[in-house]
Formats: sequence, C-alpha cells, structure tokens
Amino acid sequence: MWFLCVFYHRLLDFRKPEVEALAELFGEEIAENESLQWRLPEHHHNDTPFHFVQLSSEEIARNIAKRSILVKGMYELWGEGTCYEELKESILSYPDSRKLQFLTSDSTFRISVETFGKALTFEEQKDRIQSLTYIPFEGRVNLKNPDHNFFLMEMIESEENNGLQPILQRRIFFGREVGFADRKLLPTFQLKSRTYLGPTAMDAEMAFLMANQAKATSGKLVYDPFVGTGSILVSAAQFGAMTMGADIDIRVVRDGRGPDCNVWSNFKQYGLPMPVALLRMDNNLPPWRSGLKEIFDAIICDPPYGVRAGGRKSGGRKILRGTVDPYTVPDDKRTDHIPSTGAYSLVECVHDLLHLAARMLVMKGRLVFFFPVLRDETGGEVKFPEHPCFKLVAVSEQILSSRYSRVLLTMVKVEPYSEEIKEAARLMHLEFRENHLKWLEDGNIHSSVFKPIDSSQIHTDPKAFKDPKPKYRGKYV
Amino acid sequence: MRLITHNMLSCNIKGVTNGFPLRIEAGNVIEKEVDFNPDFIRHMFAKLEWKALVEGARSMGYAELPEDSPDAAVLESDESFLKKLHHALLELHLEEGALVCPKTGRKFPVNKGIPNMLLHEDEV
Repeated sequence: MWFLCVFYHRLLDFRKPEVEALAELFGEEIAENESLQWRLPEHHHNDTPFHFVQLSSEEIARNIAKRSILVKGMYELWGEGTCYEELKESILSYPDSRKLQFLTSDSTFRISVETFGKALTFEEQKDRIQSLTYIPFEGRVNLKNPDHNFFLMEMIESEENNGLQPILQRRIFFGREVGFADRKLLPTFQLKSRTYLGPTAMDAEMAFLMANQAKATSGKLVYDPFVGTGSILVSAAQFGAMTMGADIDIRVVRDGRGPDCNVWSNFKQYGLPMPVALLRMDNNLPPWRSGLKEIFDAIICDPPYGVRAGGRKSGGRKILRGTVDPYTVPDDKRTDHIPSTGAYSLVECVHDLLHLAARMLVMKGRLVFFFPVLRDETGGEVKFPEHPCFKLVAVSEQILSSRYSRVLLTMVKVEPYSEEIKEAARLMHLEFRENHLKWLEDGNIHSSVFKPIDSSQIHTDPKAFKDPKPKYRGKYV
Repeated sequence: MRLITHNMLSCNIKGVTNGFPLRIEAGNVIEKEVDFNPDFIRHMFAKLEWKALVEGARSMGYAELPEDSPDAAVLESDESFLKKLHHALLELHLEEGALVCPKTGRKFPVNKGIPNMLLHEDEV
C-alpha cells in the first residue's frame, strides 16, 4: 500500500534511512539487498516534505510515524491535483470501499488545512474545507479528539521560497491520517534542561535518530564505548533498550560534577532505567574475557574526531613516541596511580571500534557512529571505514561548518567474527604501535579543519566556487 | 558494578593469558531493584560463564544459584529460576571493592560502582 509520508524540513539526509530502519524494526519484510520503494509527487524535488512510500500495512505506517523524529505524519492518500478541480476528480475516483468506512454516521472527524509556503487566513481555510462537500461525511465533527483525522495539504508555488527549492507548480493533497509523530519527545529531552552535560553531549534529536538507526527496543542491549555524559544511551533507554557504556575518562563516568550531577542523574531525570554497567576502560586495550562475543544488539557512538575533543589511549605520550622506556610504577604508589594516556588518532580509534563491533555484535546487529569528513574534497570520493564483517546500509551527512561535516554511518553485521579477522586486527594494532607518530599525523583532521585559508585559494569570481549542496543545507537541515 | 558486567571482564595485562574470572573483593554491596524483563534475561543467559557467575554471586553474598548451569528447557518453563538469575545479574551492586586478577593478584578498584580497568604503563 502506498502512503503519503510528510517529513519535517530538517536533517534531509537522515529522513529516508530513519524510515527504512524503523520499517524493518516494525516488521516490514525487506529483501536482502533491497530497500523500501519511494516515489516523488509530480514536479517535486527530492528535498520536498512529501514522499510516497510503500509499506505492507497501516499498522507499520502508524508505528513508524509515532517513533520517528523526522516524519510529521503518514497519510492514506485519497486524492491529489494541481488545482481544486483536479483534486475533486481524484478523490471521487478513489474507491468507495476505501472511503465509506471512515465516513460513517457514528464516527467523529476533523479536517485540518496545512499549507507549505504561505500562511492562510481562517476564512481561506474555511473556504477550502467547504469545497470538500462532495465527500459524503456523515459523522459529527470533533475538533479535540476525532476518530478520523483528515488533512488537506497545499504546497503553494512561489519563486522565492525562503531560500528553498522554488516550487514549480502548486500541488494539493487530501488524505486520512494513519500515523503521527510524538511531539512531546524532543521538548522533554532537549539538552538545555538536561542535568549533566559535557562539551560533546549529543543533541537529543540526533541521539534519537541514532537510536532509531540502531533499532533500539525493549529486550536489546545497546553499548556506547565513548559514553561521556550518556546522552546517546538516554535516547536508547527511552526506546526501551538496556544500555551499557564505557569511557577512558574516569571523571566523566564515575564522578560527574557531583552526586546529583552525573551520568546516573541523567537517567533519573527522565525516570529511565539505569545503565546496566558503566566502566572505565581503554577501547584500545579492552578487558573483555576471551571467548566473549556476540553480546550487544547494537553499538551506537560518537567517537572523538580529534577536532574539538581528542581521543586518548593507554600509554603515556613519551612512551608511545619512544622517548622514554615503559616505567614501572613503584608498589607503594600503585593504588592511587593515574595511568598516563597518549593521543589516539581517528584512524586507529575507528579501527578499534570496527574490531570491537565485529566481535561483540550479534549477527544482523547494527553499528551506528559518526565519522568526520572534510568538505572541500575536490574530486575523489570520500572513503568511509570498511570491515569484512559489515555492510554499510546508510550514510547521512550533517554539515557542521564550511570546512567539515560529519556523516552518520549505519553498518549491519553480516559475517561472523573469525580467527582470520582476529589475527588481522592484532597485526594492525601492532602496526599502530610501531608507527605511532606517522598515524598521529596522517590520521587526524584537526589541522585541516583549523588551518588558515590559503589566500591563493580565495576565488575572486563567486561563480567559480561550486558548492555542491544547496544554500538551505546547514547544521539542522 | 553488577555481576553481568563481572562476567564479561578479565585481566588484560600484557602476558596474562587466563585472567578470567576476576575474584571479587566485596567492600560495599547493595541491592537495587530493577524491572524484570524475561526476554533480556534469556538472551543474556546464553552468553554467561556459569561457574564464574555462581562464584561471583557467592562473593557478593548470594548463594541461591544452582552449581550447574541448567539447560534451556528450564529457562522457558521455570520463572522462579529466571527471577533468581535476574536478581543475581542485575540487582546486586558492588559499590566499593576490587576485582583481583587470578594470575597476578593485581587489583582493579571499583569505586562508586564503576570498575577501573585501565592498565598502568608497565602492564601495557
């Protein structure tokens, strides 16, 4: 069945992957290398809020809309057209067998008018509703809590569309609401009212998107190896998952900013079950017992990119560079000794993350993480991290500045962890240790993001600078 | 720190091959109630090292778990067993104490419920 899916105009790259992940979560049968079928309305550009998607049942559409962050609503389309005459013809030709059951005299209904591109006065809205008298509504109107909610949506043409893609031709849709979003979710969880925050705490909207990409749900165990203040785990817990996190910085994880301002209090704030475990450990040298594998249903994280917050791993800076030999801590100082840590390049960090995921995820489990990319990659495709156990199923870009973006990568584990993979990872781990300095320099994007612009690159001719993404694409769109 | 976590950890000091299970030195153990989710418990059961769990539970003052790992049929039918397992895995907390490596005796401290598994410079 085709449904009209209306999106919020935000985080455009993230929309379809979210719906696809949720469709799978709610039982939509999607074949091996296929995805959902999508269709655009006539004359509409891909960034339009209106998309048609094929789903096997109304229940799945309703569940997706309820849990989704970017879907405003799902509708059963009764008609569409470029003007009200066309709309009327379209609605009249829609089969009665699909319409009459929702128009019965013992039901209540409401018709809402929504316009994109222009605001209508109350009179204009009333006129449009009156024009629908050819639909045999027999029930009573109930504006507060109707049995059936109908929407008349109009996308009005204009040349200057607030910097958005200009609408070439007006289009009107009329549909029965099948599912709608939970609008209370984001205001409740927004970071500005969160008890314990850190500089890299994940934005609530994005954290929920990540939890949706990972298909977090009741009965599943979700792990964040860079837990920090727990912002990602909070969202996973809200969707019912059991959570677990680790971090190398003990102050963030154990102490927080006080007994009422720490990771635990973040969960308490929303009445969510506490994480199953919080650990201090180094992902580069994890303390998992040998033989432990396939225990997490999903790994969701935001690894340190090295731009605003750098990663750390065991071994002091001087030891890793070879300036100083590994030293032995005298026994009497051991209990309070705080081990020194050295720089952890992005490349090695991601390698360790993929290795961890390959071993610890269940089959078909999902790894969802952010990866930074430089924006002025002239020619040449961006290379994303790869691993033989994983299949990349979604890539969504969030623009952070003119210099760089981050992409949310969703990978599904399709091959089991083997001895060969374990051995290859062990060799790579040694390679990183042997050539510590080289990897530090090559494996970081910090310098590229913060280096001053080379004056020879400033183009005097504005047209010569091609920005591949349209003007309205920014951090939140 | 809960027993479910303890069951996953081992000592990873360079050169130590069998650092599992870590012996629990219980300083302060408390009990916190957690909602019972039978699906989650069943899913976790398959991943557990049973002997380590039983010993760990004993160190924390809980001896109700059977010595031998029960077979899968028990999981489906016996809810009281699942509840005991739930209690052992999720409701017992080690707030202060240490995890001790069986080979080297190295102590990994547990403070405010969080185990510190970071290695010192000469153990890496």
